[in-house]
This record gives sequence, structure tokens and C-alpha cells, in this order.
Amino acid sequence: MRLGCGVFAASCVAIEVLGVAIFLRGFFPASVRSSSPTGHQAEPPAPEPLAGASSNWTKLPLPLFSKAVIVLIDALRDDFVFGSKGARYMPFTTYLMGKGPSHSFVAEAKPPTVTMPRIKALMTGSLPGFVDIIRNLNSPALQEDNVIRQAKAAGKRMIFYGDETWVKLFPKHFVEYDGTTSFFVSDYTEVDSNVTRHLEKVLKRGDWDMLILHYLGLDHIGHVSGPDSPLIGYKLREMDGILMKIYTALLTKEKETLSPSLLVLCGDHGMSETGSHGAASAEEVRTPLVLVSSAFERKPGDIRHPTQVQQTDLAATLAIGLGLPIPKDSIGSLLFPVVERRPMREQLRFLHLNGVQLSRLLQENVPAYEKDPGFEQFVMAERLHGNWVKLHLEEDHSGALLNLGTKVARQYLSALKTLSLALSMHVAQYDIYSMAVGTIIVLEALTLLLLSTPQVLHRRAELEVPLSPPMFSLLFYLMFLVLSAIHVVVCTSAESSCYFCSLPWLAAGGVMVLVSALLCVIASALARMVMDSTLLQKSTTHPCSGWSEVGLLLLLGTVGHVLSLGASSFVEEEHQTWYFLVNTLCLALSQETCRSYFLGDNKELPHCFHTEPASVGAICMQQDHIACEAPKGGQADKGPCPSGARRGHVRWAVLAGPWLVLACCRLLRSLNHTGVQGAHRPDLGHWLTSASHKMELSCLAALSLLVIFMLAQRGCSLVSKVALALGLVGVFCYRVAIGNLLFPWQLTNRGISKGILEARFVYVFVLGILFTGTKDLLKSQVIVADFKVKTVALWELYSGLVLLAALLLRPHNLPVLAFSLLIQTIMTKFIWKPLRHDVAEITVMHYWFGQAFFYFQGNSNNIATIDISAGFVGLDTYMEIPATFLTVFGTYVGPVLWAGHLAHFLSAEASSYSDSAMSRACFCYALICSVPVATYIVLVTSLRYHLFIWSVFSPKLLYEGMHLLITAALCVLFTATSQTGHTRAWVKTGARNQ
Amino acid sequence: MKETDIKTLLYAHFLCIFSVILSVLLPSFFLENFSILDTHLTWLCICSLFVISINLVLYLVPKPNTSSKRSSLSHKVTRFLKCCIYFLVSCFSLHVVFVLYGAPLVELVLETFLFAVILSTFTTVPCLCLLGPNLKAWLRVFSKNGVTSIWENSLQITTISSFVGAWLGAFPIPLDWERPWQVWPISCTLGATFGYVAGLVISPLWIYWNRKQLTYKNN
Ligand SMILES: [Zn+2]
Ligand SMILES: [Zn+2]
Repeated sequence: MRLGCGVFAASCVAIEVLGVAIFLRGFFPASVRSSSPTGHQAEPPAPEPLAGASSNWTKLPLPLFSKAVIVLIDALRDDFVFGSKGARYMPFTTYLMGKGPSHSFVAEAKPPTVTMPRIKALMTGSLPGFVDIIRNLNSPALQEDNVIRQAKAAGKRMIFYGDETWVKLFPKHFVEYDGTTSFFVSDYTEVDSNVTRHLEKVLKRGDWDMLILHYLGLDHIGHVSGPDSPLIGYKLREMDGILMKIYTALLTKEKETLSPSLLVLCGDHGMSETGSHGAASAEEVRTPLVLVSSAFERKPGDIRHPTQVQQTDLAATLAIGLGLPIPKDSIGSLLFPVVERRPMREQLRFLHLNGVQLSRLLQENVPAYEKDPGFEQFVMAERLHGNWVKLHLEEDHSGALLNLGTKVARQYLSALKTLSLALSMHVAQYDIYSMAVGTIIVLEALTLLLLSTPQVLHRRAELEVPLSPPMFSLLFYLMFLVLSAIHVVVCTSAESSCYFCSLPWLAAGGVMVLVSALLCVIASALARMVMDSTLLQKSTTHPCSGWSEVGLLLLLGTVGHVLSLGASSFVEEEHQTWYFLVNTLCLALSQETCRSYFLGDNKELPHCFHTEPASVGAICMQQDHIACEAPKGGQADKGPCPSGARRGHVRWAVLAGPWLVLACCRLLRSLNHTGVQGAHRPDLGHWLTSASHKMELSCLAALSLLVIFMLAQRGCSLVSKVALALGLVGVFCYRVAIGNLLFPWQLTNRGISKGILEARFVYVFVLGILFTGTKDLLKSQVIVADFKVKTVALWELYSGLVLLAALLLRPHNLPVLAFSLLIQTIMTKFIWKPLRHDVAEITVMHYWFGQAFFYFQGNSNNIATIDISAGFVGLDTYMEIPATFLTVFGTYVGPVLWAGHLAHFLSAEASSYSDSAMSRACFCYALICSVPVATYIVLVTSLRYHLFIWSVFSPKLLYEGMHLLITAALCVLFTATSQTGHTRAWVKTGARNQ
Repeated sequence: MKETDIKTLLYAHFLCIFSVILSVLLPSFFLENFSILDTHLTWLCICSLFVISINLVLYLVPKPNTSSKRSSLSHKVTRFLKCCIYFLVSCFSLHVVFVLYGAPLVELVLETFLFAVILSTFTTVPCLCLLGPNLKAWLRVFSKNGVTSIWENSLQITTISSFVGAWLGAFPIPLDWERPWQVWPISCTLGATFGYVAGLVISPLWIYWNRKQLTYKNN
């Protein structure tokens, strides 16, 4: 079967996407689960151990607290409470911690430090899997056992105000609730006043047992203006006032009821130096946890250095404090200071309950649990406990008994600590079978791509894909049978749950068919290659086509980058790799231009430049003249220059081109420092976004928008040009409306809105331009046989995307967009056209620049740098699909725009390349994107027990998966546009035949 | 003829390698606390001085096969001045390239500049000694099939290997090993030095190995 190489590449990438999806499902493990079903009737609590007999204390101990109030402040970092900010802005809390009846801790959150997994961790005590980030935005009801469910089962009345996520996680659990949506990051007063407005009434009433408040304002301030913003101080003061209000209300209630209540202040995660969160840096991970209750001892202590505990410890502590069974999946250990003032027998009972729960969880998840040191310690402590209880029941309460009890408690505590550590380590258990299936699919698709590379490099437009013979070969059926047998064996014998086995048989069978078919295709392709090569050797000697320096650099750079993915530092600092490679590429290009300028190739250069105005000019002719020029270096095209001087100008521009690009890259690099080592260093972006430099930011944004307009309107039709101009004005208005920028005539701060109207105004133009572009493209494919129409259409599509990017990028990133257009112009005019690179080389260069721009924009291989605010531009309610699309586009602006430029460039230069240029470019693009993904999957599998697997390698895996998905979409679009030639040729031949 | 040429080349290169080694060993006798990592800048200066002087000595020693044209003193002086200017220009342009590559613009200026100096010592100075301040000749030597003697061939190899060494030397910088030699620009200068020495060793061997295939236009 013959396939166009574009179609072939697109289908290979699609298959890879499937493989990566299966791999990801297997790689991100489910959390440690208790095997007993959760809806099940609660089993009786473990009785108190008693040596030689059974204790009669089998019921759960009574609750320690009659009421509990949990104040969860989103993104509350530990130094906001314990540091200098806390002392300054939260005087009441500081007083409570220092002199009041309280216990304060630093609770360590595990990555991903995103709200929903953290709420789950707080309430279930288990560690939710990494994939929860993806599900963060639409949280389904929590299935696991948790404190809220236990409280509901015990008949407690709970009230919740705050982040809507809770209402979704615990539907029908609260007797009264008011969820506020968290998706307007720029709103930080209303989200909190929506919570506080209920407080007064609720505190006066006494008909509830548990009150949960989740304040979002602080997190939003962090996202918008970072942890050092003055707004943080105001917010903390507000929170302090609320805590005081709650505490005094609780005290007055206690005087009536005479039973102590509990006030918990906690944060779900911290806030990085840029105000974001999601990763594992100390600022994001350390959150304060303050427990206040009149049942606690008042002891003046050092509040600067609280004990460090795990965030998961809260669930067990809350359950014990409220007299509930500990959630089954909890891996936390009881915070001992909470029960310190209870009688010894009760203390030991609590510790024992916790130990029983943890060791049961260990038994269900670890086969060799008996050898676990934690388990051994627990068994020993249990025995000692039994003896202690026996003594306690026999004799009166002497001091020696108390000492013995303390010893038992200490033994229990260390057992608990070891157990919960062992369990949290155990979370990383992989579904190897699914991973293997995914890896095999990806590697097979990659091998197919690699095998057909020589054909594509020899400029063949169509590939011979031996598809039909293998489908009927014996090998195929044998493979299929063997794979099915393996599947049955693996799935019936597996102890742990396996995703691939849980698939319906038909789907699994489909995957098996795919795997064996791909294998057969590879086998027959290999066989044919061997035969071809023997034939070739007989007929002709190999035409040794030497690599050019740039080609060699592109190859080596790609290989080097792929290999560098194995080191965690190189993954963290991947932007450095790309900057380095792009710079080296520019130097190599500069050396090439120098050589062609000073030596030998003198004939070629002027020749090229004579043809150049013809091709670009053809488009520009219809439009006004000034528009044709790039602001820099483009002067050469200006009308009345004498041709000799003009040629000289252009040649100098060619020489200077790579250096201009280098300078642009250096400027962009200092705009956003990303990665781990560089993120803290001050950069231009921080300077611009700080509140005092709004004027400079506005000027820069206006200038960038102007440059974007100048550069993007060149290839458009008149209508699109106007639309583009209006759209860019709309972008500025939008940024003014949401308070990022200022109009020159409105220097005072005015009210901040969500800018919905302005953003939708821009969307109208984006859709308009995209629509015009699509219409023209279809016209060029079906009716008009003219590549100029197609070129204009592609440019319109491209400029529509540019406009969308301008809307979504944060204002200090607008220069990135402007420079991207500028570099594209320089490269096109002065490097790619005169030097006539091969299609493959041009594709790889576009890919490299796309990657570099991904990082120039401030992205990194860290979840925290994703700008989620892009997903809420112009939406007034949260809509999942548009928000996801916008966020993904906003993150991958660089690669997408450079790929779009590649399509346009190849179409504009169709005369100098062969007809199949587009589909070959598509093939190269697919290949260059899938090599890192496939290699990375293998690397990650082999590094799955690496220390940094969760903090460094997993986020990168998600990024790679997303990148592959985008590549697949781009390849499909490429193929769709490159089909023009085929359909037209087909139509023509059809006409001729008739 | 060719064999003797290669031998001369080998001796000359040994001298250069010796100067590099000397710059590591010798100063520790005179300076206290001298070590490559701690007093890196001093070492950079000493090393570049040594290499430059060895190159000059090699240049001044009359070569048997080059018929030295008698030229006036003023011509020699202008030539020397031109060479100095070329050297400085190459230092500054390398500095600019480093900054474009991401070296800090304001901090560590001296370090970056000394790195530029040592890299131009390894690359520009031999070029100046062998080819003189003649850009055309330089471009000819550094393009495909442009070399006309084994000297130029070895020059090509050492220069390229110095650059490649410096380039590779940048790779360990992002790694989190926290070693003292990962600090900018130490790994790059060390890379450049290793590249230079490797080039000095490799080029005679390579020429000797390929002596049958190598045909120069002038020979
Ligand atoms: Zn949060
Ligand atoms: Zn947040």
C-alpha cells in the first residue's frame, strides 16, 4: 500500500499517542488503598490489648472535642504564620501560638502541591496519585474513606463555606454549604467575603459539630502578584481577624457547654517565590498547622521552629479528636501532643488504634509486611501495652506504671512513624504491564518512522508501506495468539490491580492486534530494506552525500538533547539545553553565511536575492508599501535604492542576520528566568510585573503589540488586516480592564473587572481571521489551483493564532511573541531563502526554535509554571473544554506558532522545493518530536525508583505526553493542508481523463 | 620531506603542551596557595602568557622551508600591531559571544573576559603566527579542502578542538553536583584547555595516519 509520507507520519504519531496514554495510565500509580470496600458497614474498632485476656474496652473512645472548626487558607506558606510576616500581620495568631493553649506544627505537603490532591490528603490521610492534577479541575466525588464521611456516618452536622472543590468532593455531606468558584484568579476579595459573610450567624448558632472554611483569596493574590505583594499583608490581617472572631465565639460557647472545642488553622500548600505552586520546593511544600483548644496546655514555647509533621497526619488526629474511626487509607500518624493531657490508658488506646489501622494497611499492600521494621516495632509495642493494661487493672496507679506507660507510648510513636514512612514510600508502585504495552506500541511506531527515514531523505513523496501482506501472514496470527496468551496469563496471575487488564476484552484485543500488526509491518519493511540494499550495492556504489555542518549539528544536537533527558538536572534545566543549541545553531549559520559571502558561492547569493522580492513582493504588492518591511534589516527592500547598493545592503543583512537572532535570544533569555537554579534570580519579567512598573509594562506591551501587528499583517488580506489591528487593540483593552496595564490617559487605578467583554471582542476577531483563513485554504484546495492563495490562507491562519496568543500571554510575555515574529522574519529573509536549506533542516530548525520559545515564555518542566489564568480569559463561568484548550494553547504557544510558520514558509517557497515538501516536513516534524518521547518513556521506566521521580521526571513526562498530543494535531493539520497537491492533481488527471 | 615535517610539527606541539603543563606546575613554586581552581584567574593569565610566548618563539625560529622575505622594520612593526589588534578584537568578540550564550552581563565580567583571552590564545594566536593578519587566508583554512600544508591542517584541528572543548565544557554547569569546577567559567576554560591539548596531540597523529591521502595544492 502506498501512503503519502504526511499521512504515514500522522498515523504513526496517533499510534504513539495511544501508546503514551496507556503508558501514563500505568505509570501514575493508584494510591495505597485498603482492599475492604469503603461503603461497607464499619467494622468494630480494635479492642484494647490485654495480656492473657481480652479487654472489655472495645468501643471507640469518646471524642476529645465537641466541636471542630477547620480554617483552611489556600496557599498559606509556613513563614506567613511563623515568620516575620506572621508576627507583623497576624498578631492574634502569634499570641495564640506563643502563649495560648495551642500546638503548632509545620505540615509537609507532598507534591503535587495543588489544591484538590491536598484537600484529599488532609481529609483521607492518604497520598493521592500524581494524575490528580489532571483531574484537579473537575473533581468527582471522593471515593476513599475520609474524615468527612466518617463524621457524617456518626451523625455529625457539618457546615462548609469556601472553595467549591469541597462540595464536589463531598456531595451531600454538608448540612449547609456555600461554594465559591476558584477560577477567577484576579478576584481576591469577593471569594473571601463570600465565606466570611456567613460566619457571624453560624458562630451564634450552636447546631453544628464541624465547620470548615476554605479561604481562596491568599492563593489568588499569590498567583496574581506573588508572595511579596503588599496585598498579602492585608489578606493575612483579615485572616487573623477571622481567627480571633472564631476563637472568641468558641470560648463563649465552651462556657455554656463545658466541653472543649478544637480550632484548626492549616494551609493546603505553600507558594513559590513566583506565587505559584504545584512543585516540590520548600516554599510550596511547607504549610503551617496550628491546633488551638482549651483542652491543651498553655505553654510558652519557641514558635519560630515548630515540629515538622506530615500533612496526612491531620486526618488521623481529627478522627481521634472527634471520636471517629481513622480513615482506612490514612497513612498518617497521630499528632501526639493533642492527646498528651489525657489519662495514660486513653493515650495508649489512641496510639494502638492508629497502629492497628496502619499495620492493617501495610498488610494489605505489602506482601512481606512481617519483615517491615515498623510492623515489628508495633507488635512489640502492642505486647508491652497488653502487659501495661494488665498491671494497670491489677494494681493501683503508681509512678513506675506511669513510667512504663511513657515507654510504651514512645515505642508506639516510633512504630507509627516507621509505618507511615514505609507506607508513603510504598505509594510508588507501578503497573508494569500497562507500561510495557504502552512502551512497545510507542517504540514500534518510532521504529516504523525511523525505517522510512532514508526514503524520505531521498525526497520520495510516497512511502511503500507493506500493510496488506502482513495482515494475512502467519506471523501476524501467531503474534496475536502469543500476545493474547500472555495477556490472559498476566491478568489472571496479577496480584495488584492492572489497568490494562481492567479494560474490556475487545479493547485489549484491539491493542493486541495493533501491536502484532505493527510488528509484522516492521518485519516486512526490514526485510525489504535488506533486499533493497543488496540490490543497490550490486547496481551502484552508494552516493555518499556528505552532511553539511548545520545538518550535522542538527543531528548531534537532537541526539544530545535526547540523551540529556536521563539526568534530573538536565530535565530541570532543559531550557539551558535549548538555548545552548539554538545559539550554536545561530553561530553555525553565521559561519555558513560568512563562507558563502566571502568564498566560492558568490554566484548563488545575488541570484537568490533577485528572485526574493518576486516571491514576497507578489503578496506585498497588493498592500501598502511600508507594510512589507520588517523593522530591522528590511530596509534593503525599499523602493528607489540603486540595485548595486541594495545588493550590498542585503548581503550585509545576511551576514548580520544570525547575530541579530542571537541578540534577540539573549534579550528573551533575560526576560524570564526559569528552571530550578535560575527561577529565584531577578529577571526582567519580575521587574515589569511589579506594581510600581506598570507604566513601563504598558509601554512595552503597546510597543510589542505594534511590532506584532507590523510583522503579522504582511501576508494577510485587507479584511484580516483590519481585524488583526482591532483585535490587538482589544488585547490591550482587555489587559487594562483586568488591571495589568494602564491607558496613558487613565493613570490612576480604576476598578478591576474580569474583562469579559474585551476578551470576547478579541475572540470574535480571532475566529473571524481563522474562518477567513480556513475558507481561503479550502478554496485553494478545491477550486483555485494557485499556491499564492494557499500561502495567504496559511498566513491568515497563522496570524489568527498570533492574535489568540497575544490575548492569552501575560503582558510581560508579549515581547516574546513580537521577537518570535521578528526572528521568523529575519530567518526567512536572510538565512533560509538565500542559503537554501533542505526541508528536513528547516523543519528541525523550526522545531528547535519552537522549543526554545516554549522556555522563553517562562515555562519549565515543572507543573507550577503553567499559567492557568490563560484558561479563564473571557469566560465568566468555568467551562472545562474551552478552559483546557486555552491553557494548553497558552502554554504551547511557541511550538505551535513555529510549526504554523513552517507550514506557511514551505508553502510560500513551494517554487524552490519539490511538491512534496510539506508532507516531508510533516514526516520530519513527527520524527523529531517522537524520538524524545519514546526515549524518555524508556528512560523513565528505568529510573522509576529514582529519588526525583515525582518531583522532576513525572511532570516532564506529562509535558512530553502533552507535547506529543499537540504534535499529532499539528501533523494532522499539516497533512490536511498538504493534501491540496494531491487532490488538485487528482482532479486534474480526472479532468484530463474525461 | 613529509616525514621530517611531521616530526617538526610533533616537536612544536610538544613544546606547546609542555608550556601548558608548566603553567600548571611552575607557579606553585613561586606563589603560595596556587591551585587551578582556587586561583583560577591567575592561572588563566599565566597559562595564556606561556602559550603566547611559546607560539612567538616557534614563530621566530626560522622555518627551513619558508623563504623569509626581507621586509622593512616598519612593515614588521605594523604587522605586529595589526596582530595585537586582531588578538584584542578576537578577545572582545569572543566575550560578546559568551554573553550571547548566556554568560552574565554585569557580574563576573573579568572571569568571562579572561576566558575569552585564553580561548583566543588557543585559537587566534596560532592563526596569527602562522597565517598573519589575513582574514582571507583564515577563511580559506577553515573551509572544506582549503588547507595547503600540514601546518595549516594541524592549526585547523587544534582550533576546532579548542572550540569544541570550550563548548562541551559548558555542559556540566547545570548539573547539581555542587563541585567547585562547575562554576562559570572554570569548566569552560578547562574544557578549552583539554580541547587544545587534545588537538595538539591528535593532529600530528592524524596527519601521520593519513599522510598517504593528504595532498596539498602546493606540495
Ligand atoms: Zn490551593
Ligand atoms: Zn493556586
